[in-house]
Amino acid sequence: MLSPLGLVRQLGHATVERIWRLGFAARFLFAIILYSGASFRRLGLTIREIYVSGVLSLLIIVVSGLFVGMVLGLQGFETLQRFGSTEALGIMVALSLTRELGPVVAGLLFASRAGSSVTAEIGLMKATEQLKAMDMMAVNPIARVVAPRFWGGVISMPLLAALFSSMGVIGGWLVGVVFIGVDEGAFWSQMQASVDFRYDIVNGIIKSVVFGVAVSLIAVFEGYDSVPTAEGVSRAITRTVVTSALTILALDFVLTSFMFRGTS
Amino acid sequence: MPDDILVDIEDLQFNYDGRPVLQGINMKSPRGKVVAIMGGSGCGKTTLLRCIGGQLRPSGGRVRLEKHQVCEMSHDELYRLRRKMGMLFQFGALFTDMSVFDNVAFPIREHTDLSEEMIRDLVLMKLEAVGLRGAHKLMPGELSGGMARRVALARAVALDPMLIMYDEPFTGLDPIALGVIGQLIRKLNDALGATSIMVTHDVQESLQIVDYIYFVSNGQIVAEGTPDDIRASRDPFVHQFVHAEVDGPVHFDYPAPAARQEFLAGVAHA
Repeated sequence: MLSPLGLVRQLGHATVERIWRLGFAARFLFAIILYSGASFRRLGLTIREIYVSGVLSLLIIVVSGLFVGMVLGLQGFETLQRFGSTEALGIMVALSLTRELGPVVAGLLFASRAGSSVTAEIGLMKATEQLKAMDMMAVNPIARVVAPRFWGGVISMPLLAALFSSMGVIGGWLVGVVFIGVDEGAFWSQMQASVDFRYDIVNGIIKSVVFGVAVSLIAVFEGYDSVPTAEGVSRAITRTVVTSALTILALDFVLTSFMFRGTS
Repeated sequence: MPDDILVDIEDLQFNYDGRPVLQGINMKSPRGKVVAIMGGSGCGKTTLLRCIGGQLRPSGGRVRLEKHQVCEMSHDELYRLRRKMGMLFQFGALFTDMSVFDNVAFPIREHTDLSEEMIRDLVLMKLEAVGLRGAHKLMPGELSGGMARRVALARAVALDPMLIMYDEPFTGLDPIALGVIGQLIRKLNDALGATSIMVTHDVQESLQIVDYIYFVSNGQIVAEGTPDDIRASRDPFVHQFVHAEVDGPVHFDYPAPAARQEFLAGVAHA
């Protein structure tokens, strides 16, 4: 049983530890940016990571987007029917997806599918001394391994979010127009008239870029900082998924409060 | 420092979390020779190797490699120096997402502007030297432990280094693979005109291939000499190590309070 003093001491220690890790992560991001030259000079390294993080995540993004859109179509129709405005279904589906669900759900899926895989890969490279071997060959592991994976994630994330939203709109159309019978002209024309490119779509893209930076940084940092054992790597993967999810949701609140303040 | 000495270590000290790991190590590695650092597990051998390679900064003392003070070099200077070094890790540390060919080509591609044709020839020559030219298309997961170690050896010598370091090169190998690796270490060292430093606790294999041996215990050099000196040594530590004796200066038990005191303390608590 811990004494009150012991509890305070533990709390203090945990807080200092968190702040220290945050500082380390900030320095790590600085190092990634500093050593990013190779990622762009040798574009093949980054393109490979875009394939691993982005292309291999396509299936989960496409299928999830479609289902989320279909659910939005059903729920939206159910609600809008009460007010006799089912023709606004297109707007509701499109705005929900471009502003919120697209970036947020795609970010959460990206963290679980690609973020965890990046953490596992870097963590295992550390555990099997591959990063040390690279360092001994005078090849900087941050430049050669970490930076391409970071940029691969940052570039993939907005594309995946856009694809998620597009598939969602198709899912909403499928349920609303094809299955339920909402007027197709009203569905698309209302959407076209009400969705503002800068206000809705660009803000959604900005959100997905921010989430991409956050998830990619968390994934590479947790892998690089993992304890080089089976248990250490496993814990690092768990931390990547949990921290990414919480960070996305917190950042979403902050970004939404700045971007959408209820304009006239 | 005399020209014939490549690595000169003076009074090297290293502490980890306040615990002394290396305590005043002095050793020299002459050019063209194979030097072994031997000692029990956890005695500081690998730490010593990492201090030589500049992966760890010592708490005190000096490591000189050619005319360079390794401990005082900047990151960029250290990387320039490491291009002249090769290192074989305990389990090879091959890049698992690359084929055998790409693993050996890795340092050449990273540090030279050679054409792919020339890289291909160089890589196949290195693989031929370790007897694995025919395995260049395999992935690391398809190799046995001994083969993986040989590929890692080919990668370590890809840029014809002046210094090759080996961290436990014989660990986990069957007797045939162990003999092959031992002979390769000697032959490659002589063929390349390199200098080798090998951390190991495999006594019999090392005595056959090395020129000089340092014994480390508790972070200090406790004995040194040529293989003949070591075989003839009456030093209790060397004798215990070479003949794998249970009793001797190295204790079987990890330091602990007296057994009676600890067990009785348990009874008192109950």
